[in-house]
Amino acid sequence: MKETQTIEKKDIKKQVTERISGSEAVVRCLLAEGVDILYGYPGGAIMPVYDELYKYQDKIHHVLTRHEQGATHAAQGYARISGKVGVAMATSGPGATNLVTGIADAQIDSTPMVCITGQVGSHLLGTDAFQETDIIGISTPVTKWNHQVTKASEIPEVLAKAFYIAKSGRPGPVLIDITKDAQFEEFDFKYEKCTGIRSYIPIPKTDVATLEAAAKLINEAKKPLVVWGQGIILSEAEAEFKAVIEKAGIPSAWTILGASAIPTSHPLNIGMVGMHGNYAPNVLTNQCDVLIAIGMRFDDRVTGNLETYAKQAKVIHFEIDPAEVDKNVKTEVAVLGDAKASLKALLPLLNENLHTEWLQKFKDLYKIEVEKVINGDLNPTKEGLTMGEVLKEINNQSKGKAAIVSDVGQHQMIACRYAEFNETKSNITSGGLGTMGFALPAAIGAKMAAPDRDVVAIIGDGGYQMTIQELGTIFQTKVPVKIVVLNNDFLGMVRQWQQLFFDKRYASTEIQNPNFVAIAEGYYIKAKKVTKREDLAAAVKEMMDCKEAYFLEVSVEKEGNVFPMIPTGASVSDIRLS
Amino acid sequence: MSQEKQLYTVSVYTENNIGLLNRISAIFQRRHINIESINSSVSEIEGVSRFTILVRITEEQMKKIIGQIEKQVEVIKAFYHTDDETIYQESCLFKVKSDLLFNERQIQNIIKESNARIVTVNKEFFVLEKSGRKSEIELLHRELSVFGILQFTRSGRISVTKEPMEISKMLKAFQQ
Repeated sequence: MKETQTIEKKDIKKQVTERISGSEAVVRCLLAEGVDILYGYPGGAIMPVYDELYKYQDKIHHVLTRHEQGATHAAQGYARISGKVGVAMATSGPGATNLVTGIADAQIDSTPMVCITGQVGSHLLGTDAFQETDIIGISTPVTKWNHQVTKASEIPEVLAKAFYIAKSGRPGPVLIDITKDAQFEEFDFKYEKCTGIRSYIPIPKTDVATLEAAAKLINEAKKPLVVWGQGIILSEAEAEFKAVIEKAGIPSAWTILGASAIPTSHPLNIGMVGMHGNYAPNVLTNQCDVLIAIGMRFDDRVTGNLETYAKQAKVIHFEIDPAEVDKNVKTEVAVLGDAKASLKALLPLLNENLHTEWLQKFKDLYKIEVEKVINGDLNPTKEGLTMGEVLKEINNQSKGKAAIVSDVGQHQMIACRYAEFNETKSNITSGGLGTMGFALPAAIGAKMAAPDRDVVAIIGDGGYQMTIQELGTIFQTKVPVKIVVLNNDFLGMVRQWQQLFFDKRYASTEIQNPNFVAIAEGYYIKAKKVTKREDLAAAVKEMMDCKEAYFLEVSVEKEGNVFPMIPTGASVSDIRLS
Repeated sequence: MSQEKQLYTVSVYTENNIGLLNRISAIFQRRHINIESINSSVSEIEGVSRFTILVRITEEQMKKIIGQIEKQVEVIKAFYHTDDETIYQESCLFKVKSDLLFNERQIQNIIKESNARIVTVNKEFFVLEKSGRKSEIELLHRELSVFGILQFTRSGRISVTKEPMEISKMLKAFQQ
């Protein structure tokens, strides 16, 4: 009798589990999480998983990048434009260490990403085996969570946790390292999505009293200023945010990762804050009476010198991550929680307002910036092409609908300053880490996640050559990205600093470039180079009209500078126009 | 908030997981903060570990670090306390030549007065154990070093707080 019962129990178990290998379980977990595309590079310790990817290739598309760093940035681009978790895969040792830059980038920019690395067999751990590296130790400071799997049976639960942690709360990168023996081992597979972890509170509870206190301060404010960050985009709070600022009539500025959450043309959108941001929001940060920070973290590139940052203002901070509250700027009221929910709850507590005079101040300062900086950037009369006029032409041709993926440096600041955004999730750039080489692979991921959108990568000649090999990925996958290299034959941003702060000693910033058009053509990608203003519009049109990938190099003036600029250590209100 | 550095005892309740020690110590290392002592053990709750970390920093730094520790996925809760708010102890072992015990009468007095405990004695050496405040251990060390110490080791601080921690309540709340 007893024995029969045992057999019955076993039979029940058979119905819900299946005996498969650890490596097949990895792919099945990815499918269960809705992953249909991942980026990676095979190698010894991850080969069993690649063997499964081969079997499942009709269900899941693996994109072979030309370097593991490219795989992480592509996964980031994918995540940033779609809001979904990006997935990157690599082998042990150098494969894993090559992921680290992208992981660090995703960590500081709160990008949901799951990285899966192969590891040497568990009996070899710690023995300096071939291609063994302690990737758990290496990635710990730059991951939201990481975990090493040594038994196949752990795979479903660990991968479920990985996706849950990467996406929930303040998103971030997770790395799962799987030993080769765990990939080969067979076990009874069953997948359950993770819905909670007892030690982890993704979204802190919002205290109604803080919302009321925030509303009171906002209602009483005469000169309120909103600075919003990526939190609006990550929590998909664009509509709630727009409703709040429109009802209370608050001039609103963005950090570079917050860009595009509301359209550039919105009357309350008063531009970018920070080192190369707009003149008005930087200067008036030190005149506002209430500063409302939403989903941003007061990065030093935003605040300049903290000792002189908005000292006159009462600061309200809407934030999902309690560790960010009072980290850099002391707050009067901190509203913890998800931006979407908090702003929705805030709206009925706000009085309708206009702040017309205060808004006029921003317009007046904007006029000064137009005269002193913007006109020269966008409508230059001097001979050399400016980066700004290229952006203007892209705006004209794309009607502000393109997603702009920028790299790091002068062109990035110009792209963020001048790109017109009409849709959210349109500004994909490496903000916190400032990773040169980000844009080309990130554009690949972005275009694959949003095939109906135009994706234009804006890259400098320096950063382009850090991940230039991803042209191979573009050629092989035929992903129709537009690549614009703004070439000034310099590492321009560092050169600008050398000019301004190091007496023009151009140490290692002059760069001898190859024939970029020939390189693109070597990968069978349509390519063109523009050196004259009169050819620009036609070339940009040709690029935007092209149904395939397209490479456009624009020779821009060699020693152009990005202004306005807050020198390091200076106050936001001491922003320089020249 | 006080900008003066002072001694804080950090208590971190965590899941029992490989690698968490690294993750927590990295938070101090990033900010170039020296950990005076660190102890990891089981806690009053089954399956939950407790780290006791001693650092000398400002309260402002302390608050920011607590935030970053609590942010870690597998950390249940982190606290910081001053010495006034905790009951704390350290423990140490001295290995000393046995003949000193018989030749130097003073040593017997030192042992008696310090409330140290003789763990073992054999022909060559004896081992003294002393638990208490760091200052008491340091005093004993000074007194014994006059005669020669073969080996000495001191543990990290362990401490309990005067106020309740209520971790079990928190864990229940997490699960709701």
